[in-house]
Amino acid sequence: MGKRLLAGLVAVFLLTAGTMLVTPNAAGQAQRVRVEFWHAFRGALGEVLEKTVADFNASQGRYQVNPIFKGSYPETMVAAIAAFRAGRAPHIVQMFEVGTATMMAAKGAIKPVHEMMREAGVSFDPSIYLPAVRGYYSTAEGRMVAMPFNSSTPVLWWNKDAFRRAGLNPDNPPKTWPEVRAAAQRIRAANAAPCGFTTAWPTWVQFENFSAIHDVPFASKANGFEGMDAELQVNSPLHVRHLAMMADMIKEGSFKYGGRDAAGDALFPSGECAIITASSALRARVVREAKFAWAATYLPYYDDAKGAPKNSIIGGAALWVMTAPQRPVEEYRAVAEFFRFISAPQASARWHIDTGYVPITFTGMQVAETAGYYRQNPGTDIGIKSLTRTIPTRNSKGLRLGNLPEIRVIIEEEMEKAFQGQQTAKQALDSAVRRGNAVLRRFQQQYAGQ
Amino acid sequence: MTRRAIFDNKLLPYLLLAPQLAITIAFFFWPAGQAIYQSVIRQDPFGLLTRLVWLENFRNVLGGPFYLQSLRTTLLFSGAVILVAMTAGLLLAVTVDRQARGAGVYTMLLMWPYAVAPAVAASLWLFIFHPAIGILGRNLRAVGIHWDYLLDGRDAMILVILAAAWSRVSYNFIFFLAGLQSIPRSVLEAASIDGADSRRRFWKIVFPLLSPTTFFLLVVNVTYSFFDTFGVIHSLTKGGPGKATETLIYKVYVDGVVNLDLGGSAAQSVILLLAVIALTALQFRYIERRVHY
Repeated sequence: MGKRLLAGLVAVFLLTAGTMLVTPNAAGQAQRVRVEFWHAFRGALGEVLEKTVADFNASQGRYQVNPIFKGSYPETMVAAIAAFRAGRAPHIVQMFEVGTATMMAAKGAIKPVHEMMREAGVSFDPSIYLPAVRGYYSTAEGRMVAMPFNSSTPVLWWNKDAFRRAGLNPDNPPKTWPEVRAAAQRIRAANAAPCGFTTAWPTWVQFENFSAIHDVPFASKANGFEGMDAELQVNSPLHVRHLAMMADMIKEGSFKYGGRDAAGDALFPSGECAIITASSALRARVVREAKFAWAATYLPYYDDAKGAPKNSIIGGAALWVMTAPQRPVEEYRAVAEFFRFISAPQASARWHIDTGYVPITFTGMQVAETAGYYRQNPGTDIGIKSLTRTIPTRNSKGLRLGNLPEIRVIIEEEMEKAFQGQQTAKQALDSAVRRGNAVLRRFQQQYAGQ
Repeated sequence: MTRRAIFDNKLLPYLLLAPQLAITIAFFFWPAGQAIYQSVIRQDPFGLLTRLVWLENFRNVLGGPFYLQSLRTTLLFSGAVILVAMTAGLLLAVTVDRQARGAGVYTMLLMWPYAVAPAVAASLWLFIFHPAIGILGRNLRAVGIHWDYLLDGRDAMILVILAAAWSRVSYNFIFFLAGLQSIPRSVLEAASIDGADSRRRFWKIVFPLLSPTTFFLLVVNVTYSFFDTFGVIHSLTKGGPGKATETLIYKVYVDGVVNLDLGGSAAQSVILLLAVIALTALQFRYIERRVHY
């Protein structure tokens, strides 16, 4: 009885689901090859993304890309994983940069972009992509496995009005960490703002990019690019010194901790904090909300550290191609054509200007430059300048560490305990390395015997 | 004509049970079975490589320093939420019960918070207590109290306890009120005539007669504080700072969904499953005996 009822329920469900899938597209486009694109952009960014996709669909008559919003980055990732396990993975999924190693290790689940482009016979020149962007999503041999999409990099934003009130030169932003500290102290002493300095994305900015800029390893094996047996190295003397300095700044009141991930963002446009280290993609929000004069510059560094400053590394997301049982070649070709479309100079420049993310290609940057965009909007090119400041070294190519989201949280947890005075900077980072390595070993074991 | 309370049809009882059984199997036994299976294997997130590891996941979970810490956090959190939510509910119910006029209005107003979704409730608390943008948070700092739940584990704990308890006060209130109203007036009047003052009447008559309600609410509140407070914690602190507000349920989520450690997360689910079975058995065996119906 129960079985029959269950069977009935299943039948009804399947019928409904089937109808829902068929109805909206049944008319007119039956002959088009359709591919699904799962993404994590809502609001203004989501609109730009959907417009880009609509432009592609309108540009030709053979292929149709359907963008579907799946929630935040981690939610999109989990949704794609669950769909893959059910044999119904989307063709394209937007995946945040920290998921790179996880995706790359899932060899049967993804189709490397270089391979797909070759099989589809679509011309593909990796050298048009910015090296700092390309490197992050390439194998150790330099083959691109994912298509760069939205990339940003951390920069320093400062409030010129607060600088003026504190008697600082508003056109001379702090370049080194000691200068940042001095400026923040000055701002507090003059009460030019309720808070001197804050940071968003604590791990990404203060550890991942900090390591790249100072040309010190975040992890061994070229930050994991050369093997899954990499170990964290964020307890070096320079890292300890930096965390200790930030803890001191908290104690003296010149640094206000804004929380994990993007939580700190809010403190700058509101005028609360006069200096922030945050994503270059914060620009849209600053333009909209800030009621004061502001500008952005490179991330600060320690000028007594050898080799500093180097290029910073990216954050953001890339597009991954996923496999499914019996997926027709024609559908991969559709994806390949879509990738070629978004990498074209015009589309790349449009994306850059509309979203505030860096252009993924040099040609896109040139289009924006020729159109006078950087001249009319000073500071919009600081992200690109920071990413292309030097040629990426082994330490500034990016990170290739499994379960990096978990490692980011571990570092934030230990950092928070150091900020509360529960442990010293050295203890915090030793503990972060120990816990992070356990996470890396678990990841390595999952793929052992592959 | 004889009335018989049994069915002739042998199939009918099964047919009547079928929907409930189907739901139980599909939404309880099947996922629970999956969790048990997942807890003894090690697998990459995509399910490409699977290896049987028996109890290694359990060893990792129980051997790590953070599980015990999370258990302590959970006990502290749940205990405080239950205490605050039930005391406040009872206090409000007693007050409204005494109120002759406008009791209906108070009841309605006090019920409203129950209609607020946990995530929305958490946002409201955030706007009150955020150290930089919250109304009360700023003022606390202005008068010299160092309030910062983003960095201070104790402050964060206080905040999630308040937010979680607040959502639950209404529910407790309405049940306590119903319980109070079902206490016969004659008993109370008799006690008054015997010379018992109001405090004595409460502890000697009202409170014992309320015990079925209290017991019911205790069970429901334990379940709530253990398993339904995810939304509040997720919206307010995400388990931080450090791991100060990471309860067992939140840890299952973090390890499974964020960290993609499916085996470890499944092992924790199985442990929780066993704990719930044990807790329920204990509750009904020992506490229920002391309850007067």
